[in-house]
Amino acid sequence: MRGRYRFTCGLFGFSFLILLMPTISAANEAGKKLALQGGEGVQPCSSCHGAQGGGNAAAGWPRLAGLNADYMVQQLNALANGTRSNPLMAPIASSLSEQQRKDVAEYFANLTPPTTPPGGDVDQKILKRGKVLAQRGDWQQGIPACTSCHGLKGQGVGAAFPSIAGQPAMYLQNQIKAWQSGSRQNDPNGLMASVAKRLSDEDSQAVTAWFASLPAEPSKSDQ
Amino acid sequence: MTAKDIKHPLRGIRNPLLPAVLALFAFSVNAQDDETLTKQVELEQAPAPGPEGYHQPPSLDDIPEGPFGDSVRSGWQAFVNTRQHPEAKRFVGNKQNCGNCHLASGLAANSAPMWGAWGIYPKYRGKNDHVNTMDERIRGCFTYSMNAGGSEAGGPPEPDSQVLKDMQAFFFWSAKGAPIGENLPGRGYAAVPKPENEISVSRGEEVYQDQCAVCHGNDGSGKFADDGRQIFPPLWGAGAYNWGAGMHRINTAAAFIKYNMPLGKASPVEKEAALTDQQAWDVAAFINSHERPQDPRWEGSKASTDEKWHTHQCLYNETVRGHTLGDGAG
Ligand code: HEC
Ligand code: HEC
Ligand code: HEC
Ligand code: HEC
Repeated sequence: MRGRYRFTCGLFGFSFLILLMPTISAANEAGKKLALQGGEGVQPCSSCHGAQGGGNAAAGWPRLAGLNADYMVQQLNALANGTRSNPLMAPIASSLSEQQRKDVAEYFANLTPPTTPPGGDVDQKILKRGKVLAQRGDWQQGIPACTSCHGLKGQGVGAAFPSIAGQPAMYLQNQIKAWQSGSRQNDPNGLMASVAKRLSDEDSQAVTAWFASLPAEPSKSDQ
Repeated sequence: MTAKDIKHPLRGIRNPLLPAVLALFAFSVNAQDDETLTKQVELEQAPAPGPEGYHQPPSLDDIPEGPFGDSVRSGWQAFVNTRQHPEAKRFVGNKQNCGNCHLASGLAANSAPMWGAWGIYPKYRGKNDHVNTMDERIRGCFTYSMNAGGSEAGGPPEPDSQVLKDMQAFFFWSAKGAPIGENLPGRGYAAVPKPENEISVSRGEEVYQDQCAVCHGNDGSGKFADDGRQIFPPLWGAGAYNWGAGMHRINTAAAFIKYNMPLGKASPVEKEAALTDQQAWDVAAFINSHERPQDPRWEGSKASTDEKWHTHQCLYNETVRGHTLGDGAG
């Protein structure tokens, strides 16, 4: 009885899988290929973002593993249309088709992020200040808690508020500078620009060090 | 009706369609001695700050050790994570935390800070010939902003209960060094002059879609984490403040919104706004043109509840988008 039940169940599951396979794997295969081998005129993403999409802390290149797929597509669009500029990444984003952006974003979104945070050699006092900013903000300067938009653990909220936990400190700091200087202008309604412009250099250093010391958690699209 | 019911008239009025007589009786008894519970009284405007600025509360990192500090910490948590606090959560009948409308843990100027409230109560009001206490003020907030009638307890905390003590310990601690009995700069929300153009709900809807929906959702229901903790609060529907709460008055909501929203763009302490006066009023009207939990002072019909309790700037019993508001939600 039990054996037969398992058999039918397995058979059903198997045919179900076959049915689904072409759609799932087509996207993932194309995305995976771009990520690991690159495409026509496109370097493999992994050469900068790491084989597992874990990023490169020393160079300040972001982790992509586990980021929200829609968020990544928005960023690739922004890098391609110039509302976000970066000499390394913009040309790559521009050369990807709309479909390729979706495929590769889907691929990275499904990777498990590294469990060890990038961290860094930071003074405890700086980390402490970073934690306060992250969790409570600095209202004298008009800065709300980062976690009130980026999620209680910085793990991100939907497609609008990216995961910032477990990103390299240098990458995070570069983004804050990019908003301050106006080279990144793609955020919804200027929400992050407004926060970034209120952050002093010391506070930016402290709060990015704090988020780099946290483990990344995959941001579920409907968190 | 038992003696207990008279003392806690809101308890058990879960269903707005309870016999009107009961509600009426409860409130006529109540209104004589306790206006804070029958009304979220509009606060008077605070004076502008002098060169010394606003009161500076101590740092939340410096709450002392020991029993007093424990009480302060518990009160702080009851304020910011009301729905998670083991005691306070029993009195929450919607999906709100106190800190939603009193930003920065209730410490930000122009966001109705608790240090601004502390030295004002007990407050004598000639109108009802009664001395209103802080205890009653907080119970009033539970009744309306937190819709306590729909909570597990069925009403606000008992007078002098532990959660009220802890909250007051927190307020007291935050007011350290502030003068008593003075309307301090930064208290309440800074009023926004009514714009010359008419207030428009449909223009407000555009503001909402452009600047608010990314957080509060297209349907105003907010956003919650998997474990139920709030990320962005609901602004209308069953999870929102009820039809008796101060925030349902359009002028009060406009004043809150102007210097507090969108989060991260406006800055209450610096009194910086991201919206024009017109936008703040329009979007305040739009938010308050949706159903929310019933007014706990229900008088048996929308018309009579309107007549008795809604003689201010609000849309209760008004017809918007073809619907006469005031049915309640939840
Ligand atoms: C030559 C190195 C390099 C390669 C190859 C590269 N990237 Fe990037 N990428 C970067 C850098 C640097 C940034 C950060 C840009 C900045 O600081 O604004 C970035 C940023 C991004 C971001 C934004 C992340 C965020 O959190 O906002 C995405 C998405 C991204 N890359 C996707 C890709 C994809 C997909 C590929 C492969 C098709 C790829 N990258 C290949 C260097 C590279
Ligand atoms: C009011 C909401 C809000 C608050 C508060 C906020 N952020 Fe953001 N943040 C955003 C939004 C929205 C984006 C995404 C912008 C986009 O889509 O390009 C963002 C993006 C970022 C990024 C870029 C991430 C990436 O992968 O490229 C960093 C870094 C960042 N925020 C850091 C912070 C820090 C640090 C704080 C606290 C000091 C903070 N944020 C507070 C809304 C907010
Ligand atoms: C939905 C928004 C909202 C929530 C949630 C809320 N309040 Fe309020 N609160 C208000 C409004 C509006 C006022 C009156 C401001 C006015 O009329 O100008 C107010 C006033 C107060 C005052 C009096 C302030 C003064 O200066 O006299 C206290 C004390 C207070 N609230 C405490 C609380 C507590 C405690 C909670 C949680 C149990 C809470 N509030 C939840 C909106 C809210
Ligand atoms: C970046 C996200 C974000 C945006 C954008 C935003 N809000 Fe909020 N709003 C919040 C958060 C979070 C709170 C709770 C306060 C806190 O935690 O700091 C809140 C609280 C409120 C409240 C308090 C009422 C309650 O019932 O809890 C109102 C009213 C409100 N917002 C209206 C608006 C309006 C109107 C806009 C657009 C003009 C807006 N918000 C834009 C995040 C946002």
